Amino acid sequence: MRYFDYIQPENIKQAGESASHGWRKALLYAGGTDLLGLIKNEVESPAALINLKAIPGLNGIEYSEREGLTIGALVKLSQLSAHEAVRERYSVLEQALKETASPQLRNMGTIGGNLCQRPRCWYFRGDFHCLRKGGDICYAVDGENKYHCVVGGGPCFIVHPSDPAVALLALDAWVTIASAKGTKRVALKDFFVLPEDDIYRENILQPGEIVTHIHVPPLSEKTVSGYIKFRERGAWDFAVVSVAATLRINGNTIIDGKAAFGGVAPKPWQEEKINQRLKGLSVKTENFELLSAEVLKEAEPLNQNAFKLPLVRNLLKRLLVQLTAS
Amino acid sequence: MKKKSASSSLSRRQFLKGFGSGVAGSVALNKIASALPLQKTLEKAADNANRTPLKLSVNGKAYRLSVEPNRTLAEVIREDLQLTGTKVVCNHGECGACTVLLDGEAVYSCHILALDADGKSVTTIEGLLGGEELHPLQKAFVKKDGIQCGFCTPGQIMAAQALLLKNPHPAKEDVLEGMSGNLCRCGAYPKIIESVLEAAKKD
Repeated sequence: MRYFDYIQPENIKQAGESASHGWRKALLYAGGTDLLGLIKNEVESPAALINLKAIPGLNGIEYSEREGLTIGALVKLSQLSAHEAVRERYSVLEQALKETASPQLRNMGTIGGNLCQRPRCWYFRGDFHCLRKGGDICYAVDGENKYHCVVGGGPCFIVHPSDPAVALLALDAWVTIASAKGTKRVALKDFFVLPEDDIYRENILQPGEIVTHIHVPPLSEKTVSGYIKFRERGAWDFAVVSVAATLRINGNTIIDGKAAFGGVAPKPWQEEKINQRLKGLSVKTENFELLSAEVLKEAEPLNQNAFKLPLVRNLLKRLLVQLTAS
Repeated sequence: MKKKSASSSLSRRQFLKGFGSGVAGSVALNKIASALPLQKTLEKAADNANRTPLKLSVNGKAYRLSVEPNRTLAEVIREDLQLTGTKVVCNHGECGACTVLLDGEAVYSCHILALDADGKSVTTIEGLLGGEELHPLQKAFVKKDGIQCGFCTPGQIMAAQALLLKNPHPAKEDVLEGMSGNLCRCGAYPKIIESVLEAAKKD
């Protein structure tokens, strides 16, 4: 790796200030599982890394029935999936966390870093001066695009690689963002951006802004949730596609629900139309089939990835059947 | 580990190292003989300026080091501490050969910075040995033939050690999951899983 300075701020304010200097590139550094890969591949060549790990107050998990779950951004993925409240109440999040990466990476990677990770597109990671790196062409359009997006793409066709982000979207999570100016809260659905809005970033964070906490609202007793990840290897792989759902059920009726999809778009994806149609839906396999057929209607697959559409639709149907079975 | 008497034979590693620098040195000397000393001095001065102190406990022994921020934990373990049991294969946090325990948890040492381990406790494959006595996991790998070429084995054993520390009596599924971050290109997976289950049985 090329040389960089290692800055050790004592608090968020110092960290934010270090990151917002325009005269040299200083990048926020937490678990490092993504950033060190980017540096090794020379996608990023920062002058300094700002180590967030020694900042106090960012690695706790709190749960209360009124407030729900509050997760410090530095909480490790393995730490979060082992938390009692996550295991007992937020199955969708637990499953997504356990299917992320490998045991070692889950001991290293943080939840905040997981949400802010860069795309895995092989042109972006490889030796290609692509659009996202300031070039003038997306090599995926006419290249190997089996794993690229089917919806929300253009002019760049990445998919967002996070599993937990898809689960958190289905849970209506929001994040706290801190900077020298203060803090603000942003719903996770408004946190991620599409290439058409900003080709160089996957989220709204400006230099100097830091995600400090992730908040998940409490779920009612009658809520069930789950996550299905489709990957080509049996373990340790990014999602080809994934589906998350939370459903509030009363008897034979879904009171309301949320579905979210990974591996299909440049950001964790959800469709308001689908969530609306879940409201009041009777629990019946035919209903789930009809609903699933409506998913990703606006998709425009590239020449190698149309297979993702039936895959996602079938996985949603399977998940709905599973979650309503008992 | 047994100490070799200094006067006896050169170790294989020292021999290879000496041989490598000899070849590189003779090529370089022809070209830049005069520039070399100054360049070396400047490089060394720059290196020292960029170093940061690092406190580390490795296999129960305390170290005070001074390292460049861009060096990985694996590099420091192998190069500075000469604990070469930890292997670097992909150097991208993907294959698991460099697995060590950091405060008791398995991590890829090639994919964290040495400075990230400041104040923490590291266990490498060398730390499992009790003198010349093999660790139960190492014995199980020998007994069950959990090794083909053996290069991924130190990482496999450290991942297994982390797994057994958390879950001393894992089911086969737990072992499959716990060992999923370690690749073996020989494909010795069934024997590796058997080895871990064998070691768990003994506890």
